[in-house]
Amino acid sequence: MPTTLTQWLTYGDPTMGVMARLVEHLAYTGAAVLIACAVGLPLGILLGHRGRGGQVAIALAGTGRAVPTLGVIVLFAVSPLGTGFTTVVVALALFALPPVLTNAYVGVREVDRGAVEAARGMGMTGAQVLRRVELPLAVPLLAAGVRSAVLQVIATATLAAAIGGGGLGRFLLDGLGSQDYPQLEAGAVLVAALALVVELLLSVMQRLVDPSSSSERKSRVR
Amino acid sequence: MAPSRIVDTPNPWFSEQYLQQGRSQLLTALQQHVTITVVAVLAGLVLSLPLALLARRSRTLETVVIGATGVVYTIPSLALFALLVPVTGYSEKTAEVALAAYSLVILVRNTVTGLALVPPDVVEAARGMGLGAGRRLLRVELPLALPSIVAGIRVATVSTISLLTVAAYVGTGGFGQLIDQGFRADYRAQVVTACLACVLLALVADLLLLLLQRLLTPWTRV
Repeated sequence: MPTTLTQWLTYGDPTMGVMARLVEHLAYTGAAVLIACAVGLPLGILLGHRGRGGQVAIALAGTGRAVPTLGVIVLFAVSPLGTGFTTVVVALALFALPPVLTNAYVGVREVDRGAVEAARGMGMTGAQVLRRVELPLAVPLLAAGVRSAVLQVIATATLAAAIGGGGLGRFLLDGLGSQDYPQLEAGAVLVAALALVVELLLSVMQRLVDPSSSSERKSRVR
Repeated sequence: MAPSRIVDTPNPWFSEQYLQQGRSQLLTALQQHVTITVVAVLAGLVLSLPLALLARRSRTLETVVIGATGVVYTIPSLALFALLVPVTGYSEKTAEVALAAYSLVILVRNTVTGLALVPPDVVEAARGMGLGAGRRLLRVELPLALPSIVAGIRVATVSTISLLTVAAYVGTGGFGQLIDQGFRADYRAQVVTACLACVLLALVADLLLLLLQRLLTPWTRV
């Protein structure tokens, strides 16, 4: 076992090393964000297009801030779902859903009514208005929603370790549990670095999708 | 792996027996949770004011302050706690410092926004009445920025209550510790009760702050 910070940061064990934990972390994140998008994007877009029900979704998402993420993961773990990959992914997908859903709703809803009316006046059907006018104009907010969801899940995925799962949180909890400072420092550095790198990558990508977006970011929960 | 549970074997989701037998540990957790939250948010509030005043001096300073605090906000909570442990140890101090830092990020942004929204002619009028910079700030600008600042305090408080559960792993007690113990003992009633108590605390705190804002800024009521 590694004993120094440098050894921990370069720990190459095929199942417990840095690479293995990073892959687990990204697998949790990817699966959870995919599920949240598969559910949240169509639902949010539909609610935004209809212009109804979205306020309820937004209110629910706001209340969600009060729900402790650790509590939800542990609740799932003591449920019949048990501990395991599925439990972690389902819990993480729940945390990713609010930003995806509310941004999709607001994005479609806030599309200039004039543009929508003009499209209707040109004889477009509801579906055509959605596909050719509302969706293209909503893309920046859709992207912003997915971005906050990814960051939220990257952060929360560290808690998979709390129910015996993998991911980079493993170093943090094992280090904390055994007062192994080099291990927990390595874990903290790796998790923080991952969050900052992903944040940077996504902000660059978002600027490509939406050149008008600033670096300002909506407040986010972990 | 099932350490001693307080009550019976069927492992119910809700148990009156737990509410009775676990009363004292719930009250202790509540007290720890409230104390740390109050300390963290107040510390964040006190530190955020000078930073916000610094940020509004120039565009460059604003970018630097908002950017630097934003980096802190990107670091996942468990990683920030772990980074602090070698300095502040396994104690509530670790949680207080980390959560004060997160609160600070939210509060700086909201204070900067609130101050920027003060109508320039009001400031001009105060100047015309012979108020110096300090008095203008205290008597005119800060009161007018109060709704935005209190909105920040509400978000900071609710997130702090939720994030504090994670600090159980650095030995701060609170509801997070009950959730984790409940998981280790595979005792559902304890997990559910601690989660609900935590959500309830967040909602009550939010409501109290909303009432406080109404009392402090009667002119914003419509």
